Amino acid sequence: MLLISNGRVLDPASGTDAPRDVLLDGDRIVAIAPHGHLASRAQGAEMFDAKNLIVAPGFIDLHCHLREPGGESSETIETGTRAAARGGFTAVCPMPNTRPVNDNASVTRSILERAAAVSPVRVWPIGAASIGSKGEALAEIAAMKQAGIVAVSDDGRPIATARLLRQVMEYCRALDLPVIDHCEDSSLFAGAVMREGKQSVRLGLSGMPAATESLAVARDVQVGELTSCRLHIAHLSARSSLELVRAAKAKGLPVTCEVTPHHFTLTDEDVQYDTRYKMNPPLASREDRDALIAGLADGSVDAIATDHAPHEPALKDVEFDRAPFGVTGFETAIGLGLELVHSGKLSLMRMVELFTSGPARVLGIERRIAENEPGDLTIFSTEHKWTFRAAESASKSRNSPFDGRDFRGAPMATIVAGRIAYQR
Amino acid sequence: MPFRFGHMLGIEPLSAEEILFLLDQSKPFQEIQRHPLKKLATLRGKTVALAFFEPSTRTRISFATAAARLGADQMNLQAESSSLKKGESLLDTVRTLDAMKPDCIVMRHSSSGAPDFVARNLPLPVINAGDGTHEHPTQALLDALTIRDRRGTLEGLNVTILGDILHSRVARSNIHLLSKFGSRITLCGPAMWLPRELECLVPAGTAIRRVTRIDEALEDADVVMTLRVQQERLHEPALALDEYILQYQLTPERLRIAKPDALVMHPGPMVRGLEIDPAVADGPQSCVLEQVTNGLAVRMALLFLMIGADSSSERDSSHAAD
Repeated sequence: MLLISNGRVLDPASGTDAPRDVLLDGDRIVAIAPHGHLASRAQGAEMFDAKNLIVAPGFIDLHCHLREPGGESSETIETGTRAAARGGFTAVCPMPNTRPVNDNASVTRSILERAAAVSPVRVWPIGAASIGSKGEALAEIAAMKQAGIVAVSDDGRPIATARLLRQVMEYCRALDLPVIDHCEDSSLFAGAVMREGKQSVRLGLSGMPAATESLAVARDVQVGELTSCRLHIAHLSARSSLELVRAAKAKGLPVTCEVTPHHFTLTDEDVQYDTRYKMNPPLASREDRDALIAGLADGSVDAIATDHAPHEPALKDVEFDRAPFGVTGFETAIGLGLELVHSGKLSLMRMVELFTSGPARVLGIERRIAENEPGDLTIFSTEHKWTFRAAESASKSRNSPFDGRDFRGAPMATIVAGRIAYQR
Repeated sequence: MPFRFGHMLGIEPLSAEEILFLLDQSKPFQEIQRHPLKKLATLRGKTVALAFFEPSTRTRISFATAAARLGADQMNLQAESSSLKKGESLLDTVRTLDAMKPDCIVMRHSSSGAPDFVARNLPLPVINAGDGTHEHPTQALLDALTIRDRRGTLEGLNVTILGDILHSRVARSNIHLLSKFGSRITLCGPAMWLPRELECLVPAGTAIRRVTRIDEALEDADVVMTLRVQQERLHEPALALDEYILQYQLTPERLRIAKPDALVMHPGPMVRGLEIDPAVADGPQSCVLEQVTNGLAVRMALLFLMIGADSSSERDSSHAAD
């Protein structure tokens, strides 16, 4: 047994915001009560004093890259999930763009077996939509679902054609799986490495306009409407895309979206030939960034997802246009989310929702603090001051634009299946 | 005023005073080009590394000649012979050069920002000899020297730049430089090479405009800069060469729209009959060869200021601190 006492329980699903003790037994939550009421029942239990801390449902990251199999010099399931636990995540969804691609049940099973052996957090793999994510033939989606995938995506690239997307969506609707798309119409540019705008022209770097993303979102929403399949837009970065998602939601379509911490924090003006600021979609304009924050606050955005994309230094320490896209994100996500709370742009409850019940709904599950629910909790401070040092990260990679950033607020403990997976 | 740059990565961060200082320092080196014996011993014992990761003829020869006339030794790296082809990273290549103890590195690279990246990673002065579509600072300095010689000033001139502005590092460096002296800048070319964001390169209030009609762009021009048409760019998106010639070639008739004594400049390499009519290239208003000679003077001045006796003692101590 584990008793979390003295904390402030924030549970978006029930709207609870109250001082409560939470008792876990085995891998489940067994009781929630005002402080002190569980003392007799919790005799002999391990105690965690959550005084001055927030006790929230376990945080879920819908979008990350653990690189294993195939990219172990940048990250492994072990190092990536340790970084996730340090970041307060109790469950992470690795994208299928590994080598080999997670496009069949044997790869899915091998990822889950490895995770069971080494991961402190839950690993919920996302399967490829097409074989090899090549955009030609459908992957073995039903077999992967039996093995444990929670969604499908060809992340890293869009699902290639509208026709394939339609087939994938028809198929996934029958399997009750959401389709996650990386929206990018790359026919609009050639070899772009950042967002098109003043800064790309100043730096002489090839840019992609915001419409690169929203063109693809428009396609996806309309193909989605043909099929009634659940559609989730990955790492949405542009105001024009958000407007399309809003319109789809207003129409009652099952469309959701996620935004990354780097997109709601940084802009293209921050890009200065430093490859730690290079990711896809690229950092957007100030207007887009402000629109994303508004979307996080008003409910148009469903989840904050990290798109944790580790790359070893040998890959990133190169000319800007030759570096791979991607930044790490697990360990700075809560700190960046709290920046929006401290600046008054987001309520604390809404921030927690974006990390918990929001992403859970995208996956078609619930996430709440209630009796008999899984014993996954994220305990964090809104005040703890600390500095992120990429060199001290649990990740194998160092490619974070937030190296050296001072934060107010931090994950203090990550509880997975009734056990403390990480404690600060 | 003292020259206080460890590197020469671009024109954008320089002040007008610093640019004028560099131009003034170039004067005596212009004289030297007219002497029968052109070699000095100023940089004897110094070594200049020339690292050209992108093919270049004129800029490489200009820097090599500038170094030679100052008495410096050279290390030469050219793309064709480099180990980059064998998969070595840029960082490893320049660290290898650095280990042979040059006093500065002059580099050209097809990636924008590559000199900036090297400067952040090496304890060695870096001179940008052209990076991608970003900057080509010594070209803008030699252009400024040429204009100032002919016009006596850089202030308040009407300067028209013709061609593929978006993809030109020469245009960017010249826009930055000229905007610091209150010139009125007109950018002219096919619309897709003239994005609105180009106007944001310069401080607010600078007179800069984008014009797609060449006749309008040339009105009242004191200086006409023609850019090389990068034929490799014409293919994406495809634009017929004949279409470009029809609309934008600098011809004698069009040049008459500019001021009668307007200067015609070209950074080279020049393709006669494409961006420029041969009659204009060889005409009395053309400064093309003068630009080339001035390039030597500017590069000699820069090398002298960056690794000459005074500056190097400071750097040696900073080396020791590392």
